[in-house]
Amino acid sequence: MIEKIGFIIIYIGIAFDFFGILGLLRFPDVYNRLQASTKCVTLGTCGIMFGVFLIGLARGMPSLAVKALIALPLIFLTVATGSHALARGAHKFGIKLWEKSVCDKYKEDKGDK
Amino acid sequence: MMPLILILIGIMVLCLIRVWLGPTIADRMVAVDMFAIIVVGITGLLSLLFNREFLIDIALAWIFLAFIGTIALAKYLEKRRFDD
Repeated sequence: MIEKIGFIIIYIGIAFDFFGILGLLRFPDVYNRLQASTKCVTLGTCGIMFGVFLIGLARGMPSLAVKALIALPLIFLTVATGSHALARGAHKFGIKLWEKSVCDKYKEDKGDK
Repeated sequence: MMPLILILIGIMVLCLIRVWLGPTIADRMVAVDMFAIIVVGITGLLSLLFNREFLIDIALAWIFLAFIGTIALAKYLEKRRFDD
C-alpha cells in the first residue's frame, strides 16, 4: 500500500519535471524561463525523492529512506538560492527583458540610489 | 522502474535542446542547472532499481555540486557586461 502511494507520487513528480522543461523550451525570455523551470523542477524532483523515501520504507531499507528525506530540504534551499543568484547576475550582465514585459522593478530600485 | 528512468532521460534530452539553442549565456546556465537537478531524481530511482543504498549518496553530493556551479557562474556573470 505504501509502495503504491510512493509510485503515484513519483508519477506526479515526473509530470511536474516534464512541464518545467516544457516551460524552459517555450518561454521567450531568460527570466520567464527561470521562473517556469525552477519552480516546477524543484517540486518535481522533491516529489521523486519523497516517493523514494516511501518505497524505501516499504522495502525495509531505512538508510536509503532517511537519506532521500534529507535530500528534500537541500533541494529546496539550493535550487531557490541558485536561481535567485542567476537572475541577479543575468540582470547585472545586461540581458534585455522580453519586449512585451510590463515592468522592471529591479531597474527602478537601482535607479533610485 | 526502468520506463520511469527512460522518461527522465528523455526530459534531459529536451533540456539539452535549450543548451544548444539558447541565445544568451544565461539560458544555457539555467538549462544546465535544471539538467543537474533531474540527474538527482534519476540517481534516486536508480538506487531503487538496483536495491543499493550507496547510490543515494551520489544524489546528495550532486545537489551541492550543482549549487556551487550555479553560484560560481552567477558571480562570473555579475563581473562582466553584455558587450565584452
